[in-house]
Amino acid sequence: MIALVDYGAGNLTSVRKALTTLGAKYETPRDPSACATASGLIVPGVGNFAATAGLEGPWRDTIAEAVRRGTPLLGICVGMQWLFEGSDEAPGVRGLGVLPGQIQRLEGDAEKRLKIPHVGWNALEFKTSTRLLAGLDSGAQVYFTHSFAAPVTSACAAATTHANTFASAVEEGNVFGVQFHPEKSSDAGLQILKNFLAIVAGSKDPALQTC
Amino acid sequence: MLTKRIIACLDVRDGQVVKGVQFQELRHAGDPGELARRYNVEGIDEVVILDITATLEKRQALARTIGAVAKEIFLPLTVGGGIRSEEDADAAVEAGADKVSLNTAALKNPSLITTLAKRYGSQAVIVAIDAKRRGDHFAVFVRSGTSDADRDAVEWARQAEAYGAGEILLTSMDRDGTRAGFDNEMTAAVSDAVNIPVIASGGAGTFDHFTDVFTQGHADAALAASIFHYAESSVTDLKRHLRQQGIPVRL
Repeated sequence: MIALVDYGAGNLTSVRKALTTLGAKYETPRDPSACATASGLIVPGVGNFAATAGLEGPWRDTIAEAVRRGTPLLGICVGMQWLFEGSDEAPGVRGLGVLPGQIQRLEGDAEKRLKIPHVGWNALEFKTSTRLLAGLDSGAQVYFTHSFAAPVTSACAAATTHANTFASAVEEGNVFGVQFHPEKSSDAGLQILKNFLAIVAGSKDPALQTC
Repeated sequence: MLTKRIIACLDVRDGQVVKGVQFQELRHAGDPGELARRYNVEGIDEVVILDITATLEKRQALARTIGAVAKEIFLPLTVGGGIRSEEDADAAVEAGADKVSLNTAALKNPSLITTLAKRYGSQAVIVAIDAKRRGDHFAVFVRSGTSDADRDAVEWARQAEAYGAGEILLTSMDRDGTRAGFDNEMTAAVSDAVNIPVIASGGAGTFDHFTDVFTQGHADAALAASIFHYAESSVTDLKRHLRQQGIPVRL
C-alpha cells in the first residue's frame, strides 16, 4: 500500500485519478504512523512551500525514518522541494533535508519574455540514466507550474531551462522527486508514475511487504 | 525552452458543447468527453471548460461534465463560468478541475482571487477578461459580455495579478467566433503589462493566426474552440505548422 500524504496543501484529485488509472493501491492516511508500514510514499503539493509546515512533527519523523529504512519516496512539485533543506519562499520552514541544497526563486527575463511563474510544457534534459525516467527520452515534455525550484546537484536526474537551469527531476537511492506534475503531463507523466510504482513493487525489504 | 501552449475550449451548456459567434448564435458542437479524448490524442496542451449557462440548477450537471472530461485526460483542466464563491471553486476542484477561471465575480469581489490563490495557490486561479476595442483602449465586459464594466482591460489585468491571479485569459469579444484572427494588439498590450502568462482567445481561424498571436501578440498560450470542434483542423497539424514557423511547441 502506497501512502499518499495529504497535509492540506491543495488538490489531490488529479494525483488520485492517475494512481487509480495505473491500478496502484494507495491510501491517504489520517495518521502519520501509516507511513511507517507503507510500501511507498508520495508527497504531493501545490502552492507555497510554507504549506509543508503541515508536515512538521510526526509526519516528518515517520517519513524520515521510512526513508532511512529504504522506503521509496516520491515528492511532486512542492513535495519535491520539501526533500531539500529549505526554501527561500518560506525561510522559517525547514525541508526534510534528505537532499542537500536550498530551493530558490526562478529568474525571469523580461527581454526574452520569460515570465514567472514558469507555466506550461518544457523539456527534460537527462543528466544520467535513472529508474524514475526509464522509458522516456531526453527532451520529453512535461507540465510545470511553479516560481521556485531546486538547484542542479549530484541528485539531479533531469534539468530544465527557463531563464536559468534548475533540477526538474531528482533521484538518489530511494528518494525521487519531480518539479513538474506527472499527473498532468499526459503519457510522459503516466510513464514516470508507472516507473515509481514499479520501483515500489520491486522494493525487497520484507518489513515493507506486510502492508 | 518553455513551449507555447495550445488550449482547447469547451463552451458547455446543459452538458453539451456549443459554440457561438461574438457570444451569440450558439450551435451544438458535440459531447465534452468525446471532444476531450480526441484533443488529448492530437496533443492538446490543456483543456478549458466554460459553463455558459451557469445557473444554480445546472451546477450538478457541470460537475458531471467536469468528471466526464477529467476522466479522458491527464492534462491541466480549467473550469470557468459562474464561479462566484469559494464553494463554487471547491465544487469544481472536487469534480476534477486543476484551475478555476473567474470573470464577473473577480471584478465584483477581487478579494475572491486572493482567497482562492491562498487556498489553492496562484497557479490554480485564472482571471478571465472579456474585452472590446473602444477607441484607443480595451473595455472590459462582464455577465457573458452583456454588461460594460467601465474598466480598462490592461489596468484590470495588472490589478488581477496583484490580487494573486496566476494567469490571464483574455478574450476579444470583437473577434470571438469570427475566425478573423486574434486581436494581437490587445493581447500584446495586456501581455506586456503583466508578469503572469496571458492566454489569448477569440478569433482563431487559420494556423497563421496562431503564429501571429505568439509573435505579434506576445501570447503565452492560445485558446480556440470552433477551429478544433468540427474536426476541420487537428491540433497535431497546427503544432507542426507552428514548429515550422519557429514557434516552440510540444509535439
